[in-house]
Amino acid sequence: MFDKIFSSEALAESIEILKNEFPVALWETFYVTVLATAFAIVLGLPLGVLLVAGEKNGVLPLPKGIMNVLNVIINLLRSVPFLILMILVFPLTRAIIGTTVGTPASIVPLVIASFPFVARLVESSLREVNPNIIEAAQSMGASPFQIIVKVMIPESVPSLISNATIAITTILSYSAMSGIIGGGGLGKIAINYGYYRYKYLVMVFAVILLIVLVQLFQSIGTKLATKSDKRLKSKR
Amino acid sequence: MIEIKNLTKTFEVSYGTLDALKDVSITINDGEIFGIIGMSGAGKSTLVRCINMLERPTEGTVCIDGCDLGRLSAKELRAKRRNITMIFQGFNLLMQRTCLKNICFPLELDGIPRAEAKKKALELLETVGLPDKANAYPSQLSGGQQQRIAIARALATNPQVLLCDEATSALDPKTTHSILELIKEINRKTGITVIIITHQMSVVEEICTNVAILDNGKVVESGSVSDVFSKPQSDAAKKLVFPEGAEEVFAESGNEPRIRVVFNGAEAANIPLISQMAIDKGIAANILGASTKAIGDRAYGNILLGIPGGKEQVATAIEYLGAIKDITVEEV
Repeated sequence: MFDKIFSSEALAESIEILKNEFPVALWETFYVTVLATAFAIVLGLPLGVLLVAGEKNGVLPLPKGIMNVLNVIINLLRSVPFLILMILVFPLTRAIIGTTVGTPASIVPLVIASFPFVARLVESSLREVNPNIIEAAQSMGASPFQIIVKVMIPESVPSLISNATIAITTILSYSAMSGIIGGGGLGKIAINYGYYRYKYLVMVFAVILLIVLVQLFQSIGTKLATKSDKRLKSKR
Repeated sequence: MIEIKNLTKTFEVSYGTLDALKDVSITINDGEIFGIIGMSGAGKSTLVRCINMLERPTEGTVCIDGCDLGRLSAKELRAKRRNITMIFQGFNLLMQRTCLKNICFPLELDGIPRAEAKKKALELLETVGLPDKANAYPSQLSGGQQQRIAIARALATNPQVLLCDEATSALDPKTTHSILELIKEINRKTGITVIIITHQMSVVEEICTNVAILDNGKVVESGSVSDVFSKPQSDAAKKLVFPEGAEEVFAESGNEPRIRVVFNGAEAANIPLISQMAIDKGIAANILGASTKAIGDRAYGNILLGIPGGKEQVATAIEYLGAIKDITVEEV
């Protein structure tokens, strides 16, 4: 089987496809991932802040009912497999984008699937902030809002960047999955050629490009996180 | 003036309730350095947090210049807190901000223009002796330096009261001394009231004028440092002043009459008092126990003497030692 996959005709054909389709697919995957991550952060960051600040001993305690509802929503959304969630949110996608197929349409399920995940990541980052520093800010007369904006978030920036990197790589892999229901990008190529048309080599190329993208996001993220952390002794 | 009246703080814990503070009343005068000392778990940290309402007292009041902090709204309280600032055992600096920006932080909270805040912060860096650390991050500083930055930050809003919560407990003795010197100097220059929470006797001895001893959530003794430390009455105070239990060693044994010589800051640190008495009066006193401390050139503490040879000798010894200034003698 493998000699057929890697035959010279298959290779020539794959390279042809690579030339014609991959630049667009790469771009689609890139912008879908970045946009979906951006939206997920827009929704997930405030939610994550509420999860920490709204606790009983938090800086802005919220009624227990509200906290329970938040937690249930997040857990519900996180427990639906992405493949199924994509289909479940079709009505919402249609309402927002006007259609359920195509690259822009895949952003909606991506955001819905990933913002609860981002909220949990934000929550874990904010919990790392030394509670004594928050107490110090309270002792200086900081309001709850000031503590969130001037202490909790700035103090956890390195951790937030690391977690944003985790989010973006996860969303990248989700975006590849959206190829199944008509989303664009590398995932679509991998499925259309590799699965439906048995062009295994094309799929391999798509996967290699996905790996390169993940590596790229991860190394940029790690670098930014390290650079932003003023606690590191190497900065002496 | 800070008036703490009948303060009680009860915590709900898994096994019921915990009385961290029980009916604590303390008055602290303007401009003084007041020590609150106690063992771990005595309620010191809870007490200091009640002073700026980081912990809401269950009962009782805290009044600063007649203003009952418990009655303030959240917003008023935040404004008041700029007037009662705090430094901590762990320094609690913002690790992602430079030292300069840390000092600017309380001013930023107050909405002071950036340039003005920076000017004030630079002045304060001078005050605490770290003018070259403006752009350094806290992680690049030693513990003592971090505490200096924390002090500068606490002073940024020109507060009336500085609360020090075990501020030197994480520092070595030499650094502790230099931080206390700094606090003393700031107190002298600005007249700020300083409240020092500590478990270290040496800290109170070095810097405080008055002290309250907290034990198991209660004030068991309070007064001037020299009074409390030279004649500790309560068990908790005795434990702090005589950590080795030196006084009790011979307390219950022997038949010879005993006298207690109490030093209340007598200028006797350099005088061989007991030997001198042996030469002058021929009384060969037996030192049964002693715990004295020299603070500066003054002696504090007490010595328990066994006096051989009957009542006359005892009377002579009492008269001889009692004649010296700031020494009191009692038969026990």
